Amino acid sequence: MNRSNSKAFLYLLPAFIFLGIFMVYPLFDVMIYSVEEGYNSASQTFRGVGLYNYSYVLRDPYFLQALKNTFILVIITVPVSTLIALLISLGLMSIPKFKDLFQTIFFLPYVTNTLAVGLVFMILFKKTPYSEGFVNLILSFFGGPSIDFIEGPYWAKMTVMCFYTIWIVLPFKILILTSALASVDPMLYKAAKIDGTSDWRIFHKITLPMISPMIFYLIITGFIGAFKAYSDEVAIFGTNLNAAGMNTIVGYVYDMLYGNSGGYPSYAAAAALILFAIVLTITVINLIVSRKNPVTQ
Amino acid sequence: MKIVLDNLTKRFPNRDKKIGGEITAVSHFDLEVPDGKLVGLLGPSGCGKSTALNMICGLEIPTEGKVFFGDDDVTNLPPENRGVGMVFQSYALYPHLTVRENIRFPLENLRGAAKLSKQVMNEKVEEAAKLVQISHLLERRPGEISGGQQQRVAIARALVKLPRVLLLDEPLSNLDARLRLATREEIRRIQTETGITTVFVTHDQEEAMSISDLIVLMKDGVKQQVGKSQEVYEDPANLFVAKFLGTPAINVFKGEVIDGNLWIGEENVLPVPGVKDCKVYAGIRPEGFIPDENGPFSADVIRIEVLGRDTSVVASNPCLDGETVRAIVSSDYNVPAGKSVHFSLKPKCVHLFDQESEERIRYERKDGKKL
Repeated sequence: MNRSNSKAFLYLLPAFIFLGIFMVYPLFDVMIYSVEEGYNSASQTFRGVGLYNYSYVLRDPYFLQALKNTFILVIITVPVSTLIALLISLGLMSIPKFKDLFQTIFFLPYVTNTLAVGLVFMILFKKTPYSEGFVNLILSFFGGPSIDFIEGPYWAKMTVMCFYTIWIVLPFKILILTSALASVDPMLYKAAKIDGTSDWRIFHKITLPMISPMIFYLIITGFIGAFKAYSDEVAIFGTNLNAAGMNTIVGYVYDMLYGNSGGYPSYAAAAALILFAIVLTITVINLIVSRKNPVTQ
Repeated sequence: MKIVLDNLTKRFPNRDKKIGGEITAVSHFDLEVPDGKLVGLLGPSGCGKSTALNMICGLEIPTEGKVFFGDDDVTNLPPENRGVGMVFQSYALYPHLTVRENIRFPLENLRGAAKLSKQVMNEKVEEAAKLVQISHLLERRPGEISGGQQQRVAIARALVKLPRVLLLDEPLSNLDARLRLATREEIRRIQTETGITTVFVTHDQEEAMSISDLIVLMKDGVKQQVGKSQEVYEDPANLFVAKFLGTPAINVFKGEVIDGNLWIGEENVLPVPGVKDCKVYAGIRPEGFIPDENGPFSADVIRIEVLGRDTSVVASNPCLDGETVRAIVSSDYNVPAGKSVHFSLKPKCVHLFDQESEERIRYERKDGKKL
């Protein structure tokens, strides 16, 4: 190693130390926990080494429910929220007059506390002995049945959850997409206009390809974010997510560590690594697709 | 296709709302561009030349006045229905498309009866690419070719649908000096080959003078003079035109006409018969100085610049309205610096302008030609 190289490593040392302590070491520690069978956190002992923890977690109905919930959330909210954000951003760009005002309004959920928003959603959706909830009022106005969105059927709860997740991730996506749209060279639009390009063709052939790197960025981060969902569920359905049937993978990990049925770091570690494997796989697939996508060609 | 601009005016609302009111970008602009000619709109930045071009192509709608292509009034037509091709200063090529797809883009917009088959499109693309000599680059992306090549792609894209009028907005500004020289000849060649009426905008007088059939000088939204390059150079209508054209720039002196003679300082430098006594600006082209020991005009030499073909004498004179006098003389003339030299003047290169209005004052030359 020559001198300038060793100097460079010296400068990087603080970062290496912190990353090592807080990221690399815990990662390996989790891997070790996940293969220690019958680990007892009080006595720090275990029976043997093997894959029993994984097979337990994968057969645990609570985990399978959490897995299903998480996948439904991811598959619905990521595409829908990205599409809605794109439509809103396009709308914002075409009204220069009130753009700033609307941009501020759309950005508000981003700076609002998750639990406060959860409370608002309770008021909107929750049925109590005293009130039907705002959404039910609207439904009954149109002659629809009254539905208990918070403690009722699974699909109703999932609707609320998706609705909430989409709403909470919109501001960031709108922010990214409006700045991406604004950064497209206006000369390209002028050139297209002179050549008589239709609006749809301009959007499809110029706008979309120009902002596609940002869209892919949003989809990848959206997937990762949605797979890690937990606090939003707590905000709406409370801490006992298993009882509500609305647990997520991260929620399951938390329960295994600290919940009422907790105290099983080995199961938690196995579940966390399964989540890690899923997120890694999806991200790699996303990257491959984005490189081959015809839009970016 | 002849282009006629009739009393064209464009006013924009002032961007600074505190001041309010309107800014006139182009004011009562009349121009006729003959069929198949190349016309250069020339002026300093902010003179309204780009706005004028945008009104010809339809990106801006004039506040007043009309635009005709041939006999068609196109004033209120959107750009796509005017049949114009435009090349932008930044080229505005679509970065995600290949050169071939870029050139094909305008053709793919055609709908209905005008719709072309894939094969015809490809033929047209290849024809346009051949014209601007980029056939070997068709599969590359704009980011993978040089600035000059991008410029050619932009021209091919503008030409591929055979527009009635070709418009170029500062087409050479983004190129380096050598490429600029080559590309402007290229533009001239393409224009001559296709015979498409072409208007181009530039702030570079050399560029405009070298390739235009006609140049149009603009200042503050007002047309100053129209003519062939040489005519405008030799016969400027006012002080602005005289100063704007020519490198090195014209030397301007504060002078006075007394009894039909031009006085600069204490020196009676030139007879100018037929001019009333008044204070004037005397503009003398650098090539108008003839070294002459008995010449009436004197200046103190600061330095000599040898440029190979000829020599540039940089000198000072107390009556000068500017930094230094520049005289271009033949290279066998040499004078040590720090000395006073005398020149006689070529009447052809001396122009008089009123000090108030800066308009040209004409006088009769010895051979009877009015200047």
